Amino acid sequence: MKVGVVTFPGSNCDYDAYAAIKHVMGEEVEFLWHKSEDLAGSDLVILPGGFSYGDYLRAGAIARFSPILGKVIGFAQSGGLVMGICNGFQVLTEAGLLPGALIRNKSLRFSCKQVYLRVENNQTPYTNACAVGDVLRIPIAHGEGNYYHFDGDIKALEESGRVAFRYVDHTGAVTAEANPNGSLNNIAGIVNEGGNVLGMMPHPERAVESILGSMDGIKVFASVRSALQAYKLVGEK
Amino acid sequence: MAEPFPQPEVTEELVATHGITPEEFARIKEILGRPPTFTELGVFSVMWSEHCSYKNSIALLKTLPRDGENLLAGAGEENAGAVDIGDGLAVVFKIESHNHPSAIEPYQGAATGVGGILRDIFTMGARPIAALNSLRFGPPTNPRVRYLIDGVVRGIGDYGNSFGVPTVAGEVYFDEAYTGNPLVNAMAVGLVKSDRIVSAVAKGAGNPMMIVGSRTGRDGIHGATFASEELSEASESKRPSVQIGDPFTEKLLLEATLEIIDKDLVVGIQDMGAAGITCCSSEMTAKGESGIELHINLVPVRESGMIPYEILLSESQERMMVCVKKGKEDDVRAVFEKWGLDSTIVGYVTDEKMMTVKLNGEVVSQVPSHDLVLGGGAPVYHRETKRPAYMDELATLDFETLDLNRDWNDTLLKMIGSPNLCHKGWVFEQYDYMVRTNTAVGPGSDAAVLRIRKTDRALAMTTDCNARYCYLDPRLGARSAVAEAARNIVCSGGKPMAVTNCLNFGNPYKPEVYYCFSEAVAGMGEACRVFNTPVTGGNVSFYNEDPQRAVFPTPTIGMVGLIEHTDHITSQWFQQAGDKIILLGTTGDDLGGAEYLHVMHRLTRGPVPALDLNAEKNLQDALLTAIQGGMIRSAHDVADGGLAIALTECCISNRDAMLGASVTIDSPVRPDSLLFGESQSRVLISVAAERANAVMTHFNAGGVPAAVIGTVGGDRLIVNQLVNVEIDKLAERYYNAMPEFMEWVGEVPQV
Repeated sequence: MKVGVVTFPGSNCDYDAYAAIKHVMGEEVEFLWHKSEDLAGSDLVILPGGFSYGDYLRAGAIARFSPILGKVIGFAQSGGLVMGICNGFQVLTEAGLLPGALIRNKSLRFSCKQVYLRVENNQTPYTNACAVGDVLRIPIAHGEGNYYHFDGDIKALEESGRVAFRYVDHTGAVTAEANPNGSLNNIAGIVNEGGNVLGMMPHPERAVESILGSMDGIKVFASVRSALQAYKLVGEK
Repeated sequence: MAEPFPQPEVTEELVATHGITPEEFARIKEILGRPPTFTELGVFSVMWSEHCSYKNSIALLKTLPRDGENLLAGAGEENAGAVDIGDGLAVVFKIESHNHPSAIEPYQGAATGVGGILRDIFTMGARPIAALNSLRFGPPTNPRVRYLIDGVVRGIGDYGNSFGVPTVAGEVYFDEAYTGNPLVNAMAVGLVKSDRIVSAVAKGAGNPMMIVGSRTGRDGIHGATFASEELSEASESKRPSVQIGDPFTEKLLLEATLEIIDKDLVVGIQDMGAAGITCCSSEMTAKGESGIELHINLVPVRESGMIPYEILLSESQERMMVCVKKGKEDDVRAVFEKWGLDSTIVGYVTDEKMMTVKLNGEVVSQVPSHDLVLGGGAPVYHRETKRPAYMDELATLDFETLDLNRDWNDTLLKMIGSPNLCHKGWVFEQYDYMVRTNTAVGPGSDAAVLRIRKTDRALAMTTDCNARYCYLDPRLGARSAVAEAARNIVCSGGKPMAVTNCLNFGNPYKPEVYYCFSEAVAGMGEACRVFNTPVTGGNVSFYNEDPQRAVFPTPTIGMVGLIEHTDHITSQWFQQAGDKIILLGTTGDDLGGAEYLHVMHRLTRGPVPALDLNAEKNLQDALLTAIQGGMIRSAHDVADGGLAIALTECCISNRDAMLGASVTIDSPVRPDSLLFGESQSRVLISVAAERANAVMTHFNAGGVPAAVIGTVGGDRLIVNQLVNVEIDKLAERYYNAMPEFMEWVGEVPQV
């Protein structure tokens, strides 16, 4: 697969995503500069973590207007795979590619730690290597990760299986203590209606080597790889 | 000299308000051959301030060991120290204080402290790979102190998180001594190809000098001078002296700076920290034995109407001065434009060795660069010392007064839930300690460990200082601080390489304060010689006093060590049930200066535990060999709170996989000393049961006292007949205490 990692001037997890794809997954990857309007033939576009344009106003509020995002939106609308991690998730909600909003953590403090996620739907290009109910250990690091949406819309999200990941304790139980930021229904990651756009607050690219404390993030990238292979098979037929 | 704008008359009163003594003023007139202009007075006042000139400390600092075979840049030579680590790489690191700004504006004070130290690293061409911080506050039961903690932690977090450097280690320490004057010491570590280190120099007549990054505003004027006086009620009015941080701009500045270095466009770069343009212009040219003609009207400013005095002294953040290779100006500009930053030529290097400042072609200030700087014409003072009277009064401890009729379970729970010993997750989880995915061991172990990509190696790093020891005995306290830092590096699997220090003291003109300073420097030097860890630089912060008192003498040690292979990385927590626990070192009746006395008896007194530097070095060498030989599962320094606290931490500090332990120690010392005494040179290790004999043989052969004291496992911590408590109960106190202190509303809780 060929992966493009968008670099906004304030991105700071762009290199981590790049390294995970290139050195751990052994796949082709290149950076996509925010002023560029070329996705360089990427099969998967990653909007990485960081502080896109400083984010002093509201996380992702300016990034949605950047030249590269116009192309990313078009790519997503035509079914292309787009994955927003942390700040990338915030950008995707601001850009309208994913519903809802990420507001300040309930604690009103930045929070960096290992958390546990439960896979809620394995019928997405980002989770097909997992079983429903799998518990993944993947860290978070954010100040604005509290997922919010209107009641009816949350219900619709849940009913259509668009919640990809939920914060749980290490046994897989959904508890208030396991919710690190106050997200509604402990939501950690969602997909769009087509399933081709994923936003998640936790950082799978930080959980790809044993020296980093977890390798569970590999499952997310491996899922994308097999999804792309499947697409290609379908395409060839 | 032409006066193109109205400069106030330089009166005796004006000289005094600039912190310049009559003798210094006479010297200035001698240098210039005339009285200075108002602008020149400002220039001298910041460059000769304690903060920039080190005038009251440099003579003693020169006694520290500053040479080592692998040093690429030693103390005072560059923005930060640099050590060759092989593989064509060098590690660059430094620690610096931002105490005064943080005392009156904690958020921005701490944030800009982080920003400043990061710039020191990347101006040398190194990409910052880690940040650390050593924080000291009054008791968290004090609401004002909680306000300071909250602001400082947010400031550090918001700056480092946005910039994208993992904040991986440090200290948070509480004592009444810091109530009015907290200490905020920020350290940064970077990596650079050894042949790509950039110097803070300006040379080559005709080379353009550029200011890059943010525009210059009125913030931070006289920050350096402000940092060179005691805090008082009036300090609040100096809030405008505190700079404002912008981590996003700093991130851009980092990328742009590394890019112009990579493209080989520069002669030298210096961060504009204290004393801003003045400091860069004079230090870079003094170093290059050159001069500068600076056109002040070309400096991009944030607001109109700024006079040269303000522009020269502004400490606006996220700016740097670059000496560009002639002909490469447009290339530099293109890089900065790509990152959306200003870059402006503001002058040229000259051969004249003068720092000449012009406004629209008219000279407003002209001073020989060399006469302004440390190592040049800046004053050097040897101050009077006097041993403080309190030291002899506090040097004894009457064990008879210490009640032994206690519930030791209850005592341990109180201790592990006390401010200095409880878990500091509330603090460090507000820092992104993983970004850039190199963090192998994050906050909460003896030292943080970061792997070095494309090699098998890793770096261990820590900051340490038991300031209570330093208060009671500054020489021994400073020695212990170095020894503890080295022990932490070794426990993590690393070999100590070098030291950076941040020396936080009171007013140096008080002989008692200066006595502590000179003793601490001496003790630090003694220890650094034994551990072969040269001092690569750092910073001195005097005047840490409020109207009530001076802070404890606090020589914070930042140390970096090299781990030869990532397989050697070791953390402090027990790994597996059934493993044997071995205590290295000797336990005596060492309650003097102990945390136990402070928490349970409200005493700060007693003889500080003795430290035999050679025995310590011997222990560390033997331990490192054992770790490198794969014999050790975990290793933890026995420090504040003594053996019972260290055991508790081994059991519960890996929250996801806590393990109990059962320990029996045959020792003649009193129960309080056994559990909570702080005898030096001790380490708790755990080893696979079948390896225990071999490990004991190894340490016995090396002449290191060692004893198998117990076994890992179960859900309780048991020590002799004294302690028998569920680890869940210990964990409840350990993990919940800090949030309880910080989120407290209402009555002040009893600590």
